[in-house]
Amino acid sequence: MAQPGTAEPLRQTDVLPEKIQITLTVNGTRTGLAVAPWTTLLDALRDRLDLTGTKKGCDHGQCGACTVLVDGRRINSCLTLAVMKDGAEVTTVEGLASNGTLHPLQQAFIDHDAFQCGYCTSGQICSAAGLIAEGKARTADEIRELMSGNICRCGAYPNIVAAIQQAMERS
Amino acid sequence: MNPFSYARASDVADAIRQIAADPAARFVAGGTNLIDLMKYDVEHPARLIDISQLPLKSIEETPEGGLLIGAMVPNSDLAYHPLIEQRYPLLASAILAGASQQLRNMASTGGNLLQRTRCFYFYDVVTPCNKRKPGSGCSAISGVNRINAILGTSDACIATHPSDMCVALAALDARVHVAGPGGARTVAFPDFHRLPGATPERDTNLESDEIITGIEIPAKGFNANYSYLKIRDRLSYAFALVSVAAALELEGDTIKEARLALGGVAHKPWRDPAAEAAMRGQHAGESAFTKAADLLLQGAQGYGHNNFKIGLARRAIVRTLSQAARGMPQSQSVKKIR
Repeated sequence: MAQPGTAEPLRQTDVLPEKIQITLTVNGTRTGLAVAPWTTLLDALRDRLDLTGTKKGCDHGQCGACTVLVDGRRINSCLTLAVMKDGAEVTTVEGLASNGTLHPLQQAFIDHDAFQCGYCTSGQICSAAGLIAEGKARTADEIRELMSGNICRCGAYPNIVAAIQQAMERS
Repeated sequence: MNPFSYARASDVADAIRQIAADPAARFVAGGTNLIDLMKYDVEHPARLIDISQLPLKSIEETPEGGLLIGAMVPNSDLAYHPLIEQRYPLLASAILAGASQQLRNMASTGGNLLQRTRCFYFYDVVTPCNKRKPGSGCSAISGVNRINAILGTSDACIATHPSDMCVALAALDARVHVAGPGGARTVAFPDFHRLPGATPERDTNLESDEIITGIEIPAKGFNANYSYLKIRDRLSYAFALVSVAAALELEGDTIKEARLALGGVAHKPWRDPAAEAAMRGQHAGESAFTKAADLLLQGAQGYGHNNFKIGLARRAIVRTLSQAARGMPQSQSVKKIR
């Protein structure tokens, strides 16, 4: 045991658990991959499937940059183990446009200049896609509240709300 | 995260068998708290047993007129369920006051009860914390304790329970359905979570080989006169400094029955039957509400940075009861407090 006031060392295991074979349908494409149990969905998307549009911000479910849609619902992929989503359908920001046409939310974010550095944007857009699918937000207050899981440190919030309102009107 | 092995439980009996076979294993459902704690090395289970696919995802009416909510119902589905919205809007409101929609989509009903504290020192593995490492001491008592408890504390721990949903469940007299190797049992909500005492490492009275299967709420939903008011450092997506769940049954202006529970102030949702009894038969107004607040906050003690919580809680209780009496519950999207 470590002494109080010091970090406890990681538990050592003689043999690392074997990787587990899973299947994900990501942006419409069925993909098989073997993942360690501790691989998050975020790391699987970014490091294994090269879908780097989904961002790792805080990695603790506090910023929303990693937001993706799993079976149509928005979740934090950083707090999701890939093995637990075996068989799921995942939509990332790369999967929103169709046939070269931007998703209405992507177009609205451009129209309203709803970003500055852009790091939170893919999470914002995926989250907003989830929000529109849920159908619970009608007013600007409700959009703000139900988008509170996505932090924008540049402070582009007014334009983000305006962009979402535009996309809601056109959906 | 530390390396761990992974297994899926096929049904409740299988889950109980698997957890009994490996004391170093932990159940994982939504994962929103456990995975985070593993990333901070606060938790380091050798094995995770995935219970997210267990068939505990329904919300059913009970013969007594209440509801039995499956332990695997996501928080968002619970908040937006028509029967919850219509009959138990206090519960819906409390759930929507917590976390973000992404987290509510992931988090399970059972897991919400088992959230661990957000005390800074519990998360900071280089500091002493009796909850994380029994016997190492409490850093919060003489440390930065702005977010910590003012009621039911001990010399060993002043952590708070972070849930909003549980504050409403406490007010609604929920019962927790659990199953273990010895069979099933139900636990009244006040007996589910513990005060820290000398064993703050134990948050609840759930045994290590037991699993929550559901939450039962009785018929009475107080859907006409209720309010959930959450005071926090940000307008959204922050844990409560103080939160209040208030529910009244009125006959004209007279209080027939009252329920009152606090969040953010103790190791468990804080309720006192004496505070509720004192309101019965009284005029629904500031005098009765202030008396109830004084009774509920009896024995409250600050630790320096969190002294403000005592006065804040008193005012929040009076305001929330007044919102309930007026039939004007606090909106969780329009943040102005009326």
